[in-house]
Amino acid sequence: MSNIRVNVRLFARLKDIVGTGELARGAPLGATARTVWDMLVNEFAELGDYEASISVAINEEYSRMDVAVADGDEIAFLPPVSGG
Amino acid sequence: MNDNGTVMQTAPYAVTTDTLNLEALIHAVTSTPPDTAVDAVGPGGITSFVGVVRNENAGRRVLRLEYEGYEPLALRAFERIGAETADRWDVRVALHHRLGTLQIGEASVMIAAASPHRADAFAACRYIIERVKQIVPIWKHEFFEGGDVWIEGATADPDDDTARQNAIRVAGE
Repeated sequence: MSNIRVNVRLFARLKDIVGTGELARGAPLGATARTVWDMLVNEFAELGDYEASISVAINEEYSRMDVAVADGDEIAFLPPVSGG
Repeated sequence: MNDNGTVMQTAPYAVTTDTLNLEALIHAVTSTPPDTAVDAVGPGGITSFVGVVRNENAGRRVLRLEYEGYEPLALRAFERIGAETADRWDVRVALHHRLGTLQIGEASVMIAAASPHRADAFAACRYIIERVKQIVPIWKHEFFEGGDVWIEGATADPDDDTARQNAIRVAGE
């Protein structure tokens, strides 16, 4: 069923919810960043609070949830930022 | 190298767990780049902004902050902010952000802008700190009397033109 594997990075409270900042997940061919996010929300329901406010980066570049991901990609989900 | 044998951080953009040093930023914006034309106008003023950890937030007595960041993307965001700034104002800029545990009063972020003219230098500094708060993937974990909380500000979207226009407006033209 899983045709590709991606490396997921999580930060700040997302990391606390999941219990780790790095995890690998399988995904079907044609999966987008949203596919991966939805899988995570299914697994860790509290992540759903961030549905409307997360940003995504693919391979260390800001991207969009509807962008397709490829085998070996690093997908980072970012809660609202608070630097400064 | 300085007397302690450590290399002074003179890169224009940095994310580091080391104590920040404003002199390094000023050096970064005033040292002559190799491609500078002989007749290029040099700086007439340098402005800086230093953000420090405040002892209070939203009525809470803050004990310390722990900063976490996605370093490679933060550096790319710094470069993007620097390019946006240079497109609008006649400046050279530097931006360093600290990560890790910071005590009250410690510097979390430093910005320097050098320009032939002071108006550009002041505007650039203000623009940069506004953009840092909008699009740089860094987070504050606040430890206060009675608990802790992750601070969540803006949804990071570098392509959000409304946010960018707000930063320009706050900075002044």
